[in-house]
Amino acid sequence: MRALLIDVTKCVGCGACVAACCEQNHLPLEESTELGPYRYTVVRKVRTRRGEVYYRRLCMHCVDPACASVCPVGALRKTAQGPVVYNPSVCMGCRYCLQACPFEVPRYEWNSLTPKLGKCSFCAERLASGGTTACAEACPTGATMCGERDELLKEARARIAAEPGKYLPRIYGEHEVGGTSVLYISHVPFSALGLPENLPHDPLPAYTHRALSQIPPLAGTASLILAGLWWLTNRKHEVARKESGRTEREGLR
Amino acid sequence: MTRLRMLFWRWVALAILAAGAYATIVRFTKGLGAATNLSDQMPWGLWIGFDVLCGVGLAAGGFTITMAVYILHLEKLRPIVRPAVLTAFLGYLLVIVALIYDLGRPWNIWRPTVMWNPRSVMFEVAWCVMLYTTVLAVEFSPLLFDRLGWRRASQRARAAMVPLAVAGFILSTMHQSSLGSLYLIVPTKLHPLWYSPLLPWLFWFSAVGAGLAMVIFESGMSARAFGRALELDVLEKLARAMAVLLGVFWFLRLWDLGHRGHLGAAFQFSGPQALYAAMFWLEALLMLGPAALALSDRIRLHPQRLFALACTVVAGFLLHRLNVSTTALAAGSRYFPSWMEVAVTLMLVTLGIAAFRFAVLHLAVFGPSPRVREAPEVKPALARYA
Repeated sequence: MRALLIDVTKCVGCGACVAACCEQNHLPLEESTELGPYRYTVVRKVRTRRGEVYYRRLCMHCVDPACASVCPVGALRKTAQGPVVYNPSVCMGCRYCLQACPFEVPRYEWNSLTPKLGKCSFCAERLASGGTTACAEACPTGATMCGERDELLKEARARIAAEPGKYLPRIYGEHEVGGTSVLYISHVPFSALGLPENLPHDPLPAYTHRALSQIPPLAGTASLILAGLWWLTNRKHEVARKESGRTEREGLR
Repeated sequence: MTRLRMLFWRWVALAILAAGAYATIVRFTKGLGAATNLSDQMPWGLWIGFDVLCGVGLAAGGFTITMAVYILHLEKLRPIVRPAVLTAFLGYLLVIVALIYDLGRPWNIWRPTVMWNPRSVMFEVAWCVMLYTTVLAVEFSPLLFDRLGWRRASQRARAAMVPLAVAGFILSTMHQSSLGSLYLIVPTKLHPLWYSPLLPWLFWFSAVGAGLAMVIFESGMSARAFGRALELDVLEKLARAMAVLLGVFWFLRLWDLGHRGHLGAAFQFSGPQALYAAMFWLEALLMLGPAALALSDRIRLHPQRLFALACTVVAGFLLHRLNVSTTALAAGSRYFPSWMEVAVTLMLVTLGIAAFRFAVLHLAVFGPSPRVREAPEVKPALARYA
């Protein structure tokens, strides 16, 4: 499975990744620090105790994505290569994906009559033809690297081990919601980069699965119990009716 | 006086329909962004929170009463089966209309029938809405067939009532609980006082309890509107069941909060958390209060007091579902419905009431009720209050 490694210490905020992304996806290149239906990645600046820090945000391409699991028609799916891709032709526009995403990534064309979702596609076509993502290719400092997830995790660990004083001893995305295909290493707390720190290590779809998997056995048991109840109460009624009929007849005699 | 009041309500209804029609035009010519206050952070608002979550929940009286009569043979409840089924049927039709407003690409609403994703709760919801609306249509159909004089069709539909009641119970149980399951996937976004792994069970118990309150409310309203007697002997039984179900709902909720160590959040009355604690206890007051009072004969057997209890429970239920779907979400403070969202919701409620009235006037919804002659003194008492 392919992944991106984002090394926040190396980002200089040049915006080459944004320009490459907009060109690749035929999107207008406008000044913005917010993701949008026509903007799949952004570079932001944040002031910390370690000075000004630049970082980029984009879809995290979760290993077990909540958005794909909640889509009633399978318009979103995780491909074997890693990207989480969207197919607008079957989408009903229920927006459960927006609700479910723990990173608040998917954006919606609210002012369109045929609204679509906008989010990074991990350059799925480029990957499929053996290439790398447009953003990784454009990055002049190696702050965004594209590769196999296992190898990037090794690389990240090596960088942290080589300069333990510089990096925080953790890879964001290694375990969060079961792991993501976009990994961050940083010298400033991840919460400063707007990455949620309260995420469980279980994939979010597991929370739903625990409830949904109970349905078939429960529904089966319930139908049996209901049929039984119907038979019992029906019989009680019939017996009562017959008995009252008998006593009436006996009374007549 | 009465005529003046009628005139007033007719104008109110007209104003609502006009505002709703305007909002409809904006929604379908300019898009969701122009008509609603929804955003990427709050993708579901009033139309999902009220029209769908509350609408489906309050329609739970339909399957509850149907099951009680056809499966458990509680013959006493038979007079209220038809109005309860009618309420549920209209409720579900309105939910579908609301979904057409809310879905961004409503022409794809049929897609879940061919594009399967059984991992999705929304997929389950879609199937339950389709199948249970069909069940309700068949359960309702004899009224229409009788009116048209199609005796054969009517008999055939009536013969299917027992399996339909079983199917209705299963589908409704799945649907009611799945509305709660929708929120299982947002453990980090929903406030701990509302998030719970038990959400599916909590939604089921609150819906059945409030669904019975809704049957009481609807009986009271139609008794007044159509000059019928109130089935107090039946309704007081429903009130007892309602009290038990709401009791179970709150027991489960409090036990689960204690079990997971979040009960403390209910006592944070200072700082930004105070709103949540206040909402939590307001819900408890509006649902547990009436449940406790319903145990008293003096209150339960009194038409006006019973009606007031039912109204309070329905209000508490609405508050709970709106809290889950808006206030208690992390981005909830950034959302308040636009006037057009409110207008569409009010329009759908108004259309529902009008459709109910139309059905009662033209179909044998209440049937020939012998109770009209037996207990005529109940009617004016309620009329004054309601």
